[in-house]
Amino acid sequence: MTVESTAARTPRRSASTKSTAGKRTTAKKQPGTEPELVQLLTPEGKRVKDATYDKYVAGITPEELRGLYRDMVLTRRFDAEATSLQRQGELGLWASLLGQEAAQIGSGRATREDDYVFPTYREHGVAWCRGVDPSNLLGMFRGVNNGGWDPNTNNFQLYTIVIGSQTLHATGYAMGIAKDGADSAVIAYFGDGASSQGDVAESFTFSAVYNAPVVFFCQNNQWAISEPTEKQTRVPLYQRAQGFGFPGVRVDGNDVLACLAVTKWALERARNGEGPTLVEAYTYRMGAHTTSDDPTKYRADEERVAWEAKDPILRLRRYLEASNHTDDGFFAELEAESEALGKRVREAVRAMPDPDHFAIFEHAYADGHALVDEERAQFAAYQASFAEEEGV
Amino acid sequence: MAAEKLALAKAINESLRRALETDPKVLIMGEDVGKLGGVFRVTDGLQKDFGEQRVIDTPLAESGIVGTAIGLALRGYRPVVEIQFDGFVFPAYDQIVTQLAKMHARSLGKVKLPVVVRIPYGGGIGAVEHHSESPEALFAHVAGLKVVSPSNSFDAYWMMQQAIQSDDPVIFFEPKRRYWDKGEVNTEAIPGPLHKAQVVREGTDLTLVAYGPMVKLCREVADAAAEEGRNLEILDLRSVSPLDFDSIQASVEKTRRLIVVHEAPVFFGSGAEIAARITERCFYHLEAPVLRVGGYHAPYPPARLEEEYLPGLDRVLDAVDRALAY
Ligand SMILES: Cc1ncc(C[n+]2csc(CCOP(=O)(O)OP(=O)(O)O)c2C)c(N)n1
Repeated sequence: MTVESTAARTPRRSASTKSTAGKRTTAKKQPGTEPELVQLLTPEGKRVKDATYDKYVAGITPEELRGLYRDMVLTRRFDAEATSLQRQGELGLWASLLGQEAAQIGSGRATREDDYVFPTYREHGVAWCRGVDPSNLLGMFRGVNNGGWDPNTNNFQLYTIVIGSQTLHATGYAMGIAKDGADSAVIAYFGDGASSQGDVAESFTFSAVYNAPVVFFCQNNQWAISEPTEKQTRVPLYQRAQGFGFPGVRVDGNDVLACLAVTKWALERARNGEGPTLVEAYTYRMGAHTTSDDPTKYRADEERVAWEAKDPILRLRRYLEASNHTDDGFFAELEAESEALGKRVREAVRAMPDPDHFAIFEHAYADGHALVDEERAQFAAYQASFAEEEGV
Repeated sequence: MAAEKLALAKAINESLRRALETDPKVLIMGEDVGKLGGVFRVTDGLQKDFGEQRVIDTPLAESGIVGTAIGLALRGYRPVVEIQFDGFVFPAYDQIVTQLAKMHARSLGKVKLPVVVRIPYGGGIGAVEHHSESPEALFAHVAGLKVVSPSNSFDAYWMMQQAIQSDDPVIFFEPKRRYWDKGEVNTEAIPGPLHKAQVVREGTDLTLVAYGPMVKLCREVADAAAEEGRNLEILDLRSVSPLDFDSIQASVEKTRRLIVVHEAPVFFGSGAEIAARITERCFYHLEAPVLRVGGYHAPYPPARLEEEYLPGLDRVLDAVDRALAY
């Protein structure tokens, strides 16, 4: 295992180094340095060996590697398109995943079709891996719905705005899987900020106590809006798991191979009845928190620049090129595919109709509700009064 | 046996048992619901008969209880969760309000969350702080939730069956001071709709509207008033959301006077909603303003003062006098 000195900010932690993740985890960390992380690809795109995790990507083919690259590029392209659509006034808000592509594609591609994903609001790359049409993700940001896809079509739950809530839903769902005697698993996404929420702690407790097949995938992108991770925790996040009785592991979140391998390992543990795992993907949010945010108010430009050197896409590209896994044709085709995706998304957003007025009342209840019926009728009469005025 | 006399708590117990027997997807979850059978013994014996996989003792984490119940419901289960006491529901309030209530709408109807949240509520048992509150209005205000409260054993049995069968989340408020009151339960009866109010005493002079623990008080009030020659009608709402305004209206059109009685603070309480709507619906029928009798806008007092705080016979009778004086 290699150690990458990742933090651009001065590391202030001198946390205990013991973890429960087996022989792999006896960290050789020095006080004042970042604890080690699992890495299979260096920022320069060099493949490095890892005794524990190599086997989870051992059989990976050049085609699959190109697939991961394609996923990351297209996801980034989609994200950039959504950001511009917001700037053009087509979306009310956008939460960009820029910089987190490896964490999301690596973990997302580790899931099996029958696994179930509980995202927060930035998991566009995971949604991509699950086969959710990217334009479906935009409905809530455009303001035409509060969800917009059927969670059961791709086993990808709706985005969750309330920080941390979904970790409990994931745990409950996983408890259900265990009850059913099924061998699928659940993965719950959340941020470093969310790790401070009581719900996340409660989900750790429940999943440990019931040995639920759930993987907690924390994308530590270093910031919760303007608050650095130091404002959430005094110990590295992955070490939290130990106190709950399950393993925690920190993976280089900008290394798609490592994210794939570690998540596969964690999902396999879940399937084998070994219970929950916490994966902390150590990564970086290169853009603003959302399009409403202004990161210049709280973080130094040098920090972003330092992280750009660890760009997840560039890293895999270097590796692919060095291994002769691609040619210029591949990149050109992908470029064209990216543009086509951008265009398709743009058109889809612009074509999105405003919801029917009566959608306000739709689905408030499954079995109906007298008050909703009454108010719908009042609303209908009110709407009709305009038609009368206009002489329609 | 089809009909027997059961304490209200036992009626719920029997109802939960029936649900566990008939639907393998029904689960019971909560703190101490297993071996102990709950602090009020409402789940007594269920874990013994249905096992730890169906009747689940949970960690002491209310948000966790409701949040994992949501996940289980997403997986196709029908969890019935117990919140130990009314005042402890607030750690779960976030999950109930932001997730449980809204996921059906957010998924455009694709996801159903048939979760029942049982909450023993209300005062009158001499308990310590946070064990005697009536937060029903806080839940009724939230679209996506249904809120009900039985007042007797028959309803407790059948309303629980209906709540579990509902595809909507139901907040099931159990009047804890009536847990030990016995009543006839016919387990083969065909119950009325879950959200329909019921006239439990016919009268002509004034309508008393109540639900849960206050229905019994209203019966006592009506008896006392009868001795003074007054003929009061009593409507047991049974459901706080939806609220059966049609039944209230029908009664008010007959009696022309209305008093709402609940334990919860009067300010912004369910009585305020009833008064406002009935005034709109029945303005020309009313002989007196709609009056409300309930708790004060003050923290629930220590046990030695709760009789002053809670609506009692005399306070309701005074309101009856006031209404009839118009
Ligand atoms: C309970 C709650 N509190 C506050 C917010 C407002 N908010 C939205 S995102 C965010 C920061 C979250 O940071 P983190 O969990 O690290 O995730 P990231 O957005 O960085 O991926 C905050 C405070 C919220 N959505 N929910």
